[in-house]
Amino acid sequence: MNSLIHPLLALLLAPLLLGIINRTKALFAGRTGQPLLQAYFDLAKLLRKGAVYSETTTWVFRAGPIVGVAAPVVAIALIPFGGIPALLNFPGDLILFAYLFGLMRFMTVAAALDTGSAFEGMGASREVQFSALAEPALLLGLAALARLTGDLSLSGILGSLTPQDWAHAAPALALVTAGLLVVYLAENSRIPVDDPNTHLELTMIHEVMVLDHGGPDFGLILYGASLKLWALGAILTGVVLPFHDERLWPGIVIALGGMFGLAVFVGVVESSMARLRLLRVPQLLVAAMVLSALALVLLMR
Amino acid sequence: MSSWIDGVMVVLILTNLALLGTSRITVCIRIIALQGVVLGTLPMLAGEEVTLRLALLTTATVLLKGVVFPWLLLRAMRKAEIQREVEPYVGYILSVMVGLLSLGGSVWLAQGLPLPGPMAGTLALPVALFMIFVGLFTICSRRKAISQILGYIVVENGMYAFGAVILDEVPTLVELGVLLDVFVAVFVMGVAIYHIRREFDHMDVDQLDTLKG
Repeated sequence: MNSLIHPLLALLLAPLLLGIINRTKALFAGRTGQPLLQAYFDLAKLLRKGAVYSETTTWVFRAGPIVGVAAPVVAIALIPFGGIPALLNFPGDLILFAYLFGLMRFMTVAAALDTGSAFEGMGASREVQFSALAEPALLLGLAALARLTGDLSLSGILGSLTPQDWAHAAPALALVTAGLLVVYLAENSRIPVDDPNTHLELTMIHEVMVLDHGGPDFGLILYGASLKLWALGAILTGVVLPFHDERLWPGIVIALGGMFGLAVFVGVVESSMARLRLLRVPQLLVAAMVLSALALVLLMR
Repeated sequence: MSSWIDGVMVVLILTNLALLGTSRITVCIRIIALQGVVLGTLPMLAGEEVTLRLALLTTATVLLKGVVFPWLLLRAMRKAEIQREVEPYVGYILSVMVGLLSLGGSVWLAQGLPLPGPMAGTLALPVALFMIFVGLFTICSRRKAISQILGYIVVENGMYAFGAVILDEVPTLVELGVLLDVFVAVFVMGVAIYHIRREFDHMDVDQLDTLKG
């Protein structure tokens, strides 16, 4: 029963992460900012609306948002949280974890291409280019963690990491954390890679692909994006704060604190740096890949 | 102690990869300076106790590699009015990939070269080999004479890292001799760059083999 806690927490609290990021940014800019629960209000509003579908689109366009929510929900079921075991686990599920996001991306891109708009095609092309570079970084990082803990499932990896691992393999773990952090920012279209606020065609990646979705579909996309933010954040929190407790609540409180802390960190990053030029983004992602690969080399030795 | 050395080795690897991926020469020089400072602290970390000799050697290395070399190179750049871009033959991302491959290669090579002594299991040998490869690659793949000095310094740093960790009793005289050699080399190259630039209006070493008419 306990393993249901994490999926329920994630489904309930994921949009709150967006609120925390926005409030942090508002604090830095000296604004009051939107309410902390704004993402929930937006979702409620969007779900009450009707959807308009262009005549040129097919079922692919409608399937995009649904897969966009389903994939991260399954991914969340694979992640242990604060010492609670994951709902599902089997050896090798980290590959499934990585490629669930691949599936999500594929459907978003297919839906964007399905509209036939050149503008969305451009966004799709960028998304695919950058994710092709982010994916090896994620997989190499997970491979390094698997090598460190000798386990091939996410539950095993995050469950057997302890603070002692940070004591004796600090360089490798720090490299993995840095690599995963860049992947986290890139995959969630956050600032050094993509700006979630802009609607400028020159800079958009993720936002441009979902321009034609409206009403409940767009609500699902927003919700799916926040679930993705939660899922990747949970992995990062699990690596940085590997505390396990016999009792239930301390672990959950620490992990939740880590998640909210991470959201604040994203807000600080977004307030303190500018989006990279599009030409520099591949370099950032290759750097993340190098960090992960380096960690793997250190651990393989 | 050994985990500290591993940390320093990781910083060295990262500075090398950053060097391969950086497009600005001034940034490259700063990276080399950082590498020199980190490298200078290695004998302190590797040695069992801090002796006067060790402290002096550390100070001299840090000063020379972290302050004097960068100052000389930056001055050479200013005097010769060199443009800021590195102008590589091999692109930045590809260079970083080559760096990563050579890191893998040096780890593999190091496994075949068992070392005696307490530092046998550390990263020192692979990192030393890796730095030598990166230095050679920088010399080959960059167009400007100043990048070749940087590559030369990286090669020297690699050998220094090897010596500092593996042989903890290198005679001071040899050590100082090497430092002096490199100092003179950097100094001479700095002057040479200025003259190349004054004679040929550029310092692209690739064009030095054509006659000036």
